[in-house]
Amino acid sequence: MLAYIIRRILYAIPIAFGVSVVCFSLVYLAPGDPLQTILPADATAETIEIVKKEYGFDKPIPVQFALWVTRVVQGDFGVSISSRRPVIDEVMGSLSNTLVLTGFAIPFAFMIGFTMGAIAGCYPGRAIDRFVTGVAVMGVSLPNYWLGIVLVIVFAVEWMVLPATGMGPSGSASFSIFRLDDLRYLVLPVITLSMIPIGILSRTTRAAVAEIRGQDFIITLRAKGLSEFAIIRHVVKNAMPGVLAVMGLQFGYLMGGSILIETVFTWPGSGFLLSKSIINRDIPVLQGSILLLAMVFVATNLLVDLLQSAIDPRIRRA
Amino acid sequence: MMTNFRVAVLAAAAAALPALAPATGQAQGTVTVAMTAGDLPITTGSADQGFEGMRFVAFNLYDALVSWDLSKFDKAADVRPGLATAWDIDPANHKRWILKLRQGVKWHDGCDFTADDVVWNFDRYTNNKSPAFDTFQFALTRGYITNFESIEKIDSHTVAINTKTVDSQFFYNLSLVVMISRCRAEALKFDWKEYVTQPSGTGPFRFVRSVPRERMEMVPNKDYWDRGRVAKFDRLVLQPMPEPATRTAALLSGQVNFIEAPAPDTIPRLKSSGMNVITNSYPHNWAYQLNFVSGPFTDVRVRRAANYAINRPDMKELLGGIMDEGYSTIPRSTPYYGNPVEYKFDPKKAAALLKEANCLPCNVTLAISTSGSGQMQPLPMNELVKSNLEAVGFKVNFDVMDWNALLDVGRGGADKFPKIHGINISRAAQDPWYGLIRHVSKSQWAPAGSNWGKYEDAATEDLLLKIGAEFDAPKRLGLLKQLNERMNDQAIMVWVAHDVNPRALSPKLKGFVQAQSWFQDLTPITITP
Repeated sequence: MLAYIIRRILYAIPIAFGVSVVCFSLVYLAPGDPLQTILPADATAETIEIVKKEYGFDKPIPVQFALWVTRVVQGDFGVSISSRRPVIDEVMGSLSNTLVLTGFAIPFAFMIGFTMGAIAGCYPGRAIDRFVTGVAVMGVSLPNYWLGIVLVIVFAVEWMVLPATGMGPSGSASFSIFRLDDLRYLVLPVITLSMIPIGILSRTTRAAVAEIRGQDFIITLRAKGLSEFAIIRHVVKNAMPGVLAVMGLQFGYLMGGSILIETVFTWPGSGFLLSKSIINRDIPVLQGSILLLAMVFVATNLLVDLLQSAIDPRIRRA
Repeated sequence: MMTNFRVAVLAAAAAALPALAPATGQAQGTVTVAMTAGDLPITTGSADQGFEGMRFVAFNLYDALVSWDLSKFDKAADVRPGLATAWDIDPANHKRWILKLRQGVKWHDGCDFTADDVVWNFDRYTNNKSPAFDTFQFALTRGYITNFESIEKIDSHTVAINTKTVDSQFFYNLSLVVMISRCRAEALKFDWKEYVTQPSGTGPFRFVRSVPRERMEMVPNKDYWDRGRVAKFDRLVLQPMPEPATRTAALLSGQVNFIEAPAPDTIPRLKSSGMNVITNSYPHNWAYQLNFVSGPFTDVRVRRAANYAINRPDMKELLGGIMDEGYSTIPRSTPYYGNPVEYKFDPKKAAALLKEANCLPCNVTLAISTSGSGQMQPLPMNELVKSNLEAVGFKVNFDVMDWNALLDVGRGGADKFPKIHGINISRAAQDPWYGLIRHVSKSQWAPAGSNWGKYEDAATEDLLLKIGAEFDAPKRLGLLKQLNERMNDQAIMVWVAHDVNPRALSPKLKGFVQAQSWFQDLTPITITP
């Protein structure tokens, strides 16, 4: 198992390098100037040259990349061009904020999606199945940006029972998931963020449960006189690895931050940070964010694989 | 692990229960502003995030030598004494300004404000050999002080600033260069990353704390030197909120009580909820700068035709009335507007001019952005302009790019982009330099300055020389009017709109006066319970 984990971690190195190269290239292919955030719209050529030199943007792009990689290997991700804060602080701060959101959204989506999918899978073709399928399709199809705005209008503007934006009454620095007043800020973004995973997880679960219920071992269990509840336990256990894999992917995807949702709710997460750094061409932040997010994705997949193999030892043997 | 998970789920479920206490998010006596910026402006001096950063952060924490009078609603804002009580040109040397500094002013950290501080500030802004040099601040301020040559201390409260060329309006530039505390900077060993969280100025508010990308909190400076501008509320909170719908929801739900730039389509809803939606003319220009190097706009008849083709009342209707019709680079309320020719909507005249210029169909390519600072609603507005122009004989091709890319085009100059005949970059026009001179002076040809299209006109250059050398304010005002009239006569741009800077305030906020300026004074605000 240890060798497997080490091998998977080593795989992350070429992935990180590849992600960095692609990201760096794409940023430079896009038109625009990374210094536009700090330069006035009518900055003179002389000013631009001086500032470029100070920030190292006067060097050839491969040299800039090599310098960046050298620093990153030493743990120095540089400083944001626009905010002047260390990139590592920017990225880790926003990742932890997104983790709070995702940490609530994924379990919430799993509970709802898995339960719905399991029920639908147990009664294929019945009214409950069609209902659950309809809800799942709606969850996947609803633009979550729109849904977020609608929820804000209903719960924050009209009924005034939940806050519309932000991460706690005093910002993320003092946010605590153990304080009820802070948790109120999570309700609307978590519901909005959960909608797509709920749809995906319920569809995945439904398909897995329906398929497993038709397998021979289930007929054998039934022939042995097991209660329906005990059979469902077996079905659920067998469906779980596939669902977990999908959940892991969703977790990794949401950790990348939902730019639209975090913008609607002004949630200071990784999506919000990414969108800002893309617009501003804040290359150090963009590079650092994408690299760390890629690592989060790799780590999530690794964790899911380990979890799967813990649930189903056949996977480890394979 | 499982226990934590259960706690988290239970807590989430509890949070979802209805009928919890109403959303508040602000203490009594707090003005909470939702800004359009995506991040908090920098606090090390001049602010980034455009003039919004200057408006809410730089001019609240700091003062410049020259300030803006933001107390009037019905008159274009002009400069007034700030940390300098007077500025006069040296009669013996018209490149030397003598500034008398205000006595008895203290920094937020308790140190005294003196001439040494002013000299040190200019050094850190301009001298890359100085230990206090700050590249970021150099970049932000350089555009304002391109004519700055040197500074010298005369006595503890007098300095002299030497300029590179004679410029009778140099003092306007000083209004955008704020002074920060040398005392604090030295204590922090010029570590600007530290200074960000411990700024010290002389301004009407003191910094309390900030949460990156989320909020900045300030409290009134009760010892502010301008006793008439000591804020009457307890706390000022600034929140970056780039999404207009989010700002509107935050105001309607009571999370904030002051929002910048609500979307025009939300204004009826805001008004029906009792919010005060305030607009006012201000020096903003939504227009097209034109290519004078090559293409159809080198012919003045084509430029005039394009101006006659624009149906500005229609544009105003499109924006729900949230704009002023633009007939010149500066709004009509500007003191140096003069009596220029205004190209009112006249499609017949436009078509006749194109025919006379033998430009039918008149193919033009305009570079536009999908969004951007001050760009208002660029896509629908440009579509309407296109339909107006094509109705009289133009054939318009849009080169659509993001804001960042368009700024690059704007900096590069027309000769670098010969296929582009006009660029739609909104510009500030808060003083004669920004409003008029930089667009037409040969010395400002891109990439050296803002004259993107490389406009050149002997009569204009002559006027510019006279304006620069005229230190008598009324006489200079007359010359500036002539300049604006000349610019209109030559149709140096295609003018469309001036934004009116909408903002919405909770009915509990009283006393705010929306000045005709990019900058605003929050200190008169009071809050009713």
